[in-house]
Amino acid sequence: MQRLTSTRAERKETSRRQAFGRRAAIAGGFCLCCTPAARLWAAESTDGLRCTEVAPGLFVTRGADEEATANNADAIANQAFIIGENAVAVIDPGGSRAHGAALRAAIRARTERPIRYVIITHVHPDHCFGAGAFLEDKPAFLGHARLIPALQARGAFYQRGLIRILGKDATGPIVLPTETVDKNLTLDLGNRPLSLHAHDPAHTDNDLSVIDTRTNTLLSGDLLFVRRMPTLDGSLKGWLAELAKLKQISFARVVPGHGPQAVPWPEAAADLERYLDILLTETRAAVRQNIGIDAAVDTVAQSEHGKWILFDAYHGRNVTEAYKELEWE
Amino acid sequence: MGMKHQGNTNGFGRRDVLFAIGFTGIFASGLRSAAAEDDAAARANRWQDLKAALFANRPMHDGQGMLAIDAPPRALDAAIVPVRLSVGQGAALPSKLKGLYFVIDQNPSPLAAHFTFGPKADPRNLELRVRVDQYTDMHAVAETETGELYAVARFIKAAGGCSAPAGSNDLEALKEIGRMKLRLAGTAVPNQPLQATLMIRHPNFNGMQMDQLTRNYTPARYIQSIEVTYNDALVFHMETDISLSSDPVLSFGFIPDAEGIMKVTAVDSKNSIFKQSFPVPPQRS
Repeated sequence: MQRLTSTRAERKETSRRQAFGRRAAIAGGFCLCCTPAARLWAAESTDGLRCTEVAPGLFVTRGADEEATANNADAIANQAFIIGENAVAVIDPGGSRAHGAALRAAIRARTERPIRYVIITHVHPDHCFGAGAFLEDKPAFLGHARLIPALQARGAFYQRGLIRILGKDATGPIVLPTETVDKNLTLDLGNRPLSLHAHDPAHTDNDLSVIDTRTNTLLSGDLLFVRRMPTLDGSLKGWLAELAKLKQISFARVVPGHGPQAVPWPEAAADLERYLDILLTETRAAVRQNIGIDAAVDTVAQSEHGKWILFDAYHGRNVTEAYKELEWE
Repeated sequence: MGMKHQGNTNGFGRRDVLFAIGFTGIFASGLRSAAAEDDAAARANRWQDLKAALFANRPMHDGQGMLAIDAPPRALDAAIVPVRLSVGQGAALPSKLKGLYFVIDQNPSPLAAHFTFGPKADPRNLELRVRVDQYTDMHAVAETETGELYAVARFIKAAGGCSAPAGSNDLEALKEIGRMKLRLAGTAVPNQPLQATLMIRHPNFNGMQMDQLTRNYTPARYIQSIEVTYNDALVFHMETDISLSSDPVLSFGFIPDAEGIMKVTAVDSKNSIFKQSFPVPPQRS
């Protein structure tokens, strides 16, 4: 059943690609989404951006499996929006104001309903800087209770880094949540309830996930990475615990923070879980064997090399983070 | 290589500017440092100034072969750069080692550590984790009991380690501030040098992390000294500063007796004193 659903999404995307192939080619080959705004979308978006209706009323754009560059406008994480009978919710507005603006155009190409909620799944810049494109909608900006201190501590640092790559306008402002979630919160977009859950430290210490109840879809944020190298910035043991809990729940599909727009659950968690397990086991062994943090970087979980996009860019840092956590056990 | 700069400076200009998500260290280390990037002359000038300020222009010999700094050529995380200082591993110093300075030239407070060694020390191998604020030379300077100085240098590509925002572990560190752990690299055999790793929970706030809302900086609170004794004889005394990473971890050699107590005293910039004792060899319970 799960498999069928994602296959349908893929088929749909394929047929769109065929239907809009010519237009997309004219527009620069980027756009597979949302007809009237196609040119705007294409003009503001970047290579690799796609928008797919993965379930009725639930749309996802695919982030590029790259680092942020001037060319991709930091459009490297997935964005989603859900259209209810009265309102629209955005889940992860994108990695820059430019990326957020492209999403906003895609929404407006489909509906004039008000964008009432912008949900930010965690502090990382590829997920939150798109919020600046939605200020004019005056939505509620929602985040984990710990998102505020995290943005206070890191927002300016991330912003400086993005400005150096994208420039000030494309980067946009730091937008703090106007409402926060301590544990659980339910929103309704009009016959379209969304259930928000604030997680214990896992990928970061401020991970927030969303369940679209009508389609039984989990929007996991970066609690799930598919194909792109996972990054550890919260708690390794905590992440494995949150994954184990989520695996107990049956979802029709999951929209990951990075990777294909919709993936089957829990099968799609297998690679991530394997990586985190090996990272845990081998880092713990390194600590116990008195292998230093510098040497551990070169020895831990090397069997995962070649299994992830951007492995070399992040793995050593993950080991460092894991080591710092596990040496205090 | 001695006083020559060991970093390979080729290919800087071609290097892509990376933006690594959430990884404050990698993120920062991927950015091009504006200053002194591969400007050997500027780096040499900086060291001349530091030699005057820290060592009153005392003559300094090339320590090549006698001293070494090991560090990754490019830091994975500029806020946690592992550094190994070795002394006398190749050639021996001409006279007995008294102390060792570690300088990170471009850091806001360049003298990262000054060790003085006691009778229970085996100073051949020291490991510490430091913050590196921009592409920089690092210098190790050994001082002998006869007052001579020997120096070596190493270049490292890392940036942003000092102003990098606090990690998610730092709250944890504040809760447990002063907690210590000691790990031994093997079994203690009397009079045979043994490597020990000391860990101290401390956020080591260096006063350079800004709170976005208030535009204030998180007040500095960092460890200023660590002293380790074994059976009441000095192993080492370390004067340190804001360059030490949060949750400082230090590996050092010492000379154990058949049994004894290792005592650690750390003092931070708020004058909090943290003390702990460890039986060595550890008592089995």
